[in-house]
Parts: sequence; structure tokens; C-alpha cells
Amino acid sequence: MALPKPKQDATDARLGAVNVPDGPAWARAARTDAMDRTAAMGLPHRRDEYWKFTDPSALVAVDAAPADVLDDDDALFSGSGALTLVFVDGVFDADASDDLAGEGIEISRLADAQDLHWARDLYGALETAGQTPVERPLAALNTATATDGVLIRATGNVARPVCLRYRRSSDDADVVLHHVIRVETGAQVTLLETGSAAARLSTVTEVSVADGGTFHHVRQQGRDHQRRMNTHTFARIGAESTFKSFTLSLNGILTRNDCVIEILGDDAIAHVAGACVGDGDNFVHDDTIFITHDAVGCESRQVFKKVLRNGAVGVFQGKILVKQGAQKTDGYQISQSLLLDGDSQFLAKPELEIYADDVACSHGSTSGAISDEALFYLRSRGVPEKQATNLLTLAFLAEALEEIEDDALADDLRDRLAGWLDRHAG
Amino acid sequence: MLNIKGLKVDLEEEDKSILKGVDLEVNAGEVHAIMGPNGSGKSTLSYVLSGKDGYKVMGGTATLDGADLLDMEPEERAAAGLFLAFQYPVEIPGVGNMTFLRTAVNAQRKARGQDELTAGEFLKEVRARAKDLKIDAEMLKRPVNVGFSGGEKKRNEILQMAMLEPKMCILDETDSGLDVDAMKLVADGVNALRSEGRAFLVITHYQRLLDHIKPDVVHIMSNGRIIKSGGPELALEVENNGYADLLAEAD
Ligand SMILES: Nc1ncnc2c1ncn2[C@@H]1O[C@H](COP(=O)(O)OP(=O)(O)OP(=O)(O)O)[C@@H](O)[C@H]1O
Ligand SMILES: [Mg+2]
Repeated sequence: MALPKPKQDATDARLGAVNVPDGPAWARAARTDAMDRTAAMGLPHRRDEYWKFTDPSALVAVDAAPADVLDDDDALFSGSGALTLVFVDGVFDADASDDLAGEGIEISRLADAQDLHWARDLYGALETAGQTPVERPLAALNTATATDGVLIRATGNVARPVCLRYRRSSDDADVVLHHVIRVETGAQVTLLETGSAAARLSTVTEVSVADGGTFHHVRQQGRDHQRRMNTHTFARIGAESTFKSFTLSLNGILTRNDCVIEILGDDAIAHVAGACVGDGDNFVHDDTIFITHDAVGCESRQVFKKVLRNGAVGVFQGKILVKQGAQKTDGYQISQSLLLDGDSQFLAKPELEIYADDVACSHGSTSGAISDEALFYLRSRGVPEKQATNLLTLAFLAEALEEIEDDALADDLRDRLAGWLDRHAG
Repeated sequence: MLNIKGLKVDLEEEDKSILKGVDLEVNAGEVHAIMGPNGSGKSTLSYVLSGKDGYKVMGGTATLDGADLLDMEPEERAAAGLFLAFQYPVEIPGVGNMTFLRTAVNAQRKARGQDELTAGEFLKEVRARAKDLKIDAEMLKRPVNVGFSGGEKKRNEILQMAMLEPKMCILDETDSGLDVDAMKLVADGVNALRSEGRAFLVITHYQRLLDHIKPDVVHIMSNGRIIKSGGPELALEVENNGYADLLAEAD
């Protein structure tokens, strides 16, 4: 089917400006295939159903708009004792990174992957599966063009988290990273991500969790004010497995986080949560979540909280799809915004699609302001207005932060939020 | 200590006058009680004194030790030593009671130029005060007032008062919703705080609380005015005869 002309033109322009990188045969095959799929789908346009609220043109454009480099401190998660991998302007920096070795874990660079690499079965495969029923062409473009990223295979209970630290030195870095994680049967690993990666960043993270495996993911997205990014997480999880992902976003002009989870084995758990705070009328933050239940007795949660002020826009598009036969599904979805003034906006599209009869699914979406009553109560106890507002704002975000399993990591993020609120209140 | 002269207050949203010229003077070391029919303006007075939005001061003054209360932000009034135990304490989901108390104590200390309490100092203090009020550790951990019973909320107000050590304490129907034993606890809490330098304004409908907390002066408020003031016997008169005679007398 022919694409609409504006979409075709934008797609032609972008694809004409990118190269399919070289690599082992499997990577080349996956990339070529992804390029073909991207061309066939066309890159996203505001008229596409899942881009109604967020304009993708800056993500589609041939050139990335420059973004000032923020002197981002690297301290977050430093107490976690993580094995740290550093990417500077999207390129793995071996000197700044720890050795790619650890107990119960295999780590390699996408750029170094050889012909016979375990990732060949996964690279682009979960992304491809995640294209139905909703197309995600930016993810296919990522598969086609990513040159770097990390390939992690957990074979045991990996005590030490793996932390990806992104740094930038250039104000126009246009970065594409593609990570593949495979958690083997009964294995367990935690992935952390933090730092400012690029002026424009595209990441795809494909996560396969085998039966009984556990994957925990906690990330903080670059705090640089002008950056634009889209991330895709594609997960496929097996029986009695656990997948938990939490994202904290502060600042940025445009952030679009897609998360597509397919629950394929019985009694599995998938939780995705996020907290975002945005200040200013050029802030758009979009979480688009799609969880498919295709097994019995599984639990999924989507918990998203956004604090918006001075014209900031928050978007949540979340779906729980319960396939026929996915009985005893327990699905929960909540998206809430705290609008700190009348200029900010929260746009939500919560969806439930259920084809099984014995399920318990609930969803809710709300927008609200700081409670005057609570604010006065705090002030009457001597807490200054600004501090009281921040306390209530953190309280609003608390439910999302509680989704983080590890208390120390949650505290790190809470401190970061408190710092942001201190700087931005008023 | 607290000096209110000719205080007139309207609602901000609608042209409705609630306080129609309140005069009241409470000296350090004294306990005053305010009684009066429902809707007479008792809570409004307490809110206006503590700085709640939604009211327009149309005339009169209110000072605390000479400082103009009406000109201050609510937090400044608190730091100046004013405390209101709310008739309806507010629930704050997501904010732990401990965090709330510690934030409040330290904010006031900071405003007064004192060092903040360390976590250890604070904990010791709060545990001792909570024990006196039979507030258990679990209640301290829960979000502020969330899921507290009516009586627990009122005891929590007194705990805050004990921690903040204000000099002018206004208690708005702190006795309502309390069982007999809790009433005694709260009264003991208040009495323990009674001192030369501190004053209380106790809003209540019942004589019972005043059996425990002996007032120096009792005021009757009706339709936005103090219509009569007297000794403790005035409260007994209300208890026995209601307000009808007092109101008729005032007219
Ligand atoms: N925000 C408001 N909007 C509308 N009416 C109000 C508001 N606040 C107070 N009022 C009215 O003002 C009057 C006084 O109310 P207030 O709460 O001060 O009475 P009260 O003496 O404390 O009564 P109670 O003994 O029942 O607690 C009432 O008629 C009440 O309905
Ligand atoms: Mg009242």
C-alpha cells in the first residue's frame, strides 16, 4: 500500500541519509531486513494513531537538532557497586568502562560481535515481533542503523548490577544504540542506565527472560534540557519470570518511551513504571506501553506519574491486551498527572482489550492539582509553601517510586527528584 | 498574647459575612474556651487566625505578642508560635507522619534561627511524646492521618502540638470524636503544656473537656460575635440550659 505523501517524503529523506552498517552476517541480515521493513512502514507522522499527542517530526528529521551539553554529574547509582559500561556520544569507551566480565554473565559490544554470537537469535527479532499490532518504525530504523550497544547474557544470579553510563561531549551527537539482554532459565540480572547520551538518542533494548528468570531495570534519562530521545523496550518473558522496569525522566524537549511486553509463560510478572517531572512549554514526555498477556495466571502493572508545570505536556498511552485463554490475568494500570499550574497538559489514552473471561483488570487515569487543604495543613505547621509543595509533589510520585524493588536505588532517584524540585519550585 | 479587635471577616467567594466584629484577648498563661452554636464562626475564627485562604478580612486586627498576624503567611504565623489543632485534620497520602513532623519541627527551628534537630534527637523526642499520648510506632510510620480513626487523628494533632511547642494553641473541637479515656489523654497532654508563657484557646461544645482543662475564661460566640464572656460557670450554664437564654439575652 502506498504511504501518504508527507510520510513517504520524510521516510525517503531520512533513509536516504543513513547507512546500514557492516557486521557479522546475522547482523547484516537483520539490518537489511529492518531497513526494508522501515521503508515499507514509513516513519511516524503526527497523523498516526499512536503519535496523535506527540509530534515525532524531530525524531524523524534527517538531522538532529543540536542540544547544549549539560555538565551532568555521574554520581547516580555510584553506590550500587555496578559493573559500569560507558558510552560517549554513543560509542563504547573501553578505557572508562569496567572489564566486560563477571560472575554468571557474558557481556559484549554489539560492534565487536562475531558470527557465532548468541544474540543473533534475538537481535531485531523481538523488535520485529513487537511491530504487531502497532507499528513502531523508529525501532526498526534503530535495528537497521545501530552500530553500538551492549549484549548481555545472564546465566546465573548476577549480584552486581550492570550500569550503562551515557556521556556526551558534542552538542549535535545523533546516537543510535541497540542493546540485547538474554536472561537464561532461573537467572537474574539488574540493568541500570543513566546519563546524557546525545542531542538525539534512539535506543532499542530487546530483553528475553526465560522461565524463572528475573530482569530488573532502573534508568534515569538524560537531564540535559534540549535533548530529544525515543527509547523502545521489547520484552518477551517466560513462565514464572519477572520483568520490572522503572524510568525517571527529568528535563529534555522530547522523550518518547515505548515499552512492549509479551508475557508468554504462565505465572509471570511484568511491571513497568515511571516518574517524570517537566517544566516549560517545550517539554513533552510520552510513555507508550503495550503489555500482552498470552499465558495463564500472570500479573502486570503499569504505574506512571507525571508532574508538569509551566506548559509542560505529558502523554500516556497504555494498553493491556489479554489474549484468549490468558485466564486469571491480573492487570493493573494507573496513569496520573499532577498539574502544578493551569498551562500544563496531560493527555492519556488508557486501553483494555480482553478476550478471556476470567480476568481482573483495572485501569485509571487522573489529572489533578496540589491539594489546597494539604498545602494549608503543612504551612500551618510551619512548612514554607515551596517546601510544602515539594513534599506533596514527592508524595504524589511516591507510588511510582515504590515500584522499584531495590530501596537504595529508589532512594537515589528520590534524592534526584528532590533536588530537581528544589531547583525548579517557585 | 493574642489580641483580637473588631475582627470582621467575609467569605472570599461569596458576599457573606461570617465574623461580624470579634473582640478577644488571651493573656500568657491563660486558658480560654469558646462555645457557641453550630455555624456561629468558631472554626472560621481559628482559620483566619492561622492564615487559611478563602476569607477576606473586612476590618479589625489580630496580633500575637504585638505582631500583626493577618499580615503573615501561615508558616510565619506558625513560626511565631501559633498552632491550630484542626477540627478536621487533613489526610496526606504519600507523606509519612514522621517525615511530616520532622519537616515541620525543623522548618520552625530554621525560621527561628535554631539548629535543626538531628534524626536521633528528633526520634527520641517524638517517641517520648507519642508514648504519652498512646500513639504507637506504627501510627507514626503511616502517611499523615490516612486511615486514622477520628480519635487517632485528634491525638495526632496534640502530638504535633507537643512537638512544636507553640505559645498560642488553638484547639478546635479536639474533644469531639474522642472516647472518655482518649479525652483524658488529650487533656493531660494539654495540661502538661500549660505554662506561664503559653496560652490556649479551646473551642468546644462540651463541658466535659473543660472538667479536665480548667478554663480561666469562657466565651460564647453566636452569629460571628462573642456575645458573652465569663468564668467556668458559663460552660455549665450552656451544658444545662443550652444557648436559648444566652442568645435571647444578647438580642
Ligand atoms: N468556605 C465556606 N463556604 C461557605 N460557607 C462557609 C465557608 N466557611 C464557613 N462558612 C459558613 O460560615 C459559618 C461559620 O462556619 P464555622 O465553620 O466557622 O462554624 P463553627 O462555629 O465552627 O461551627 P461548628 O460548631 O459546627 O463547627 C457557617 O454558616 C458556614 O456554613
Ligand atoms: Mg467548627
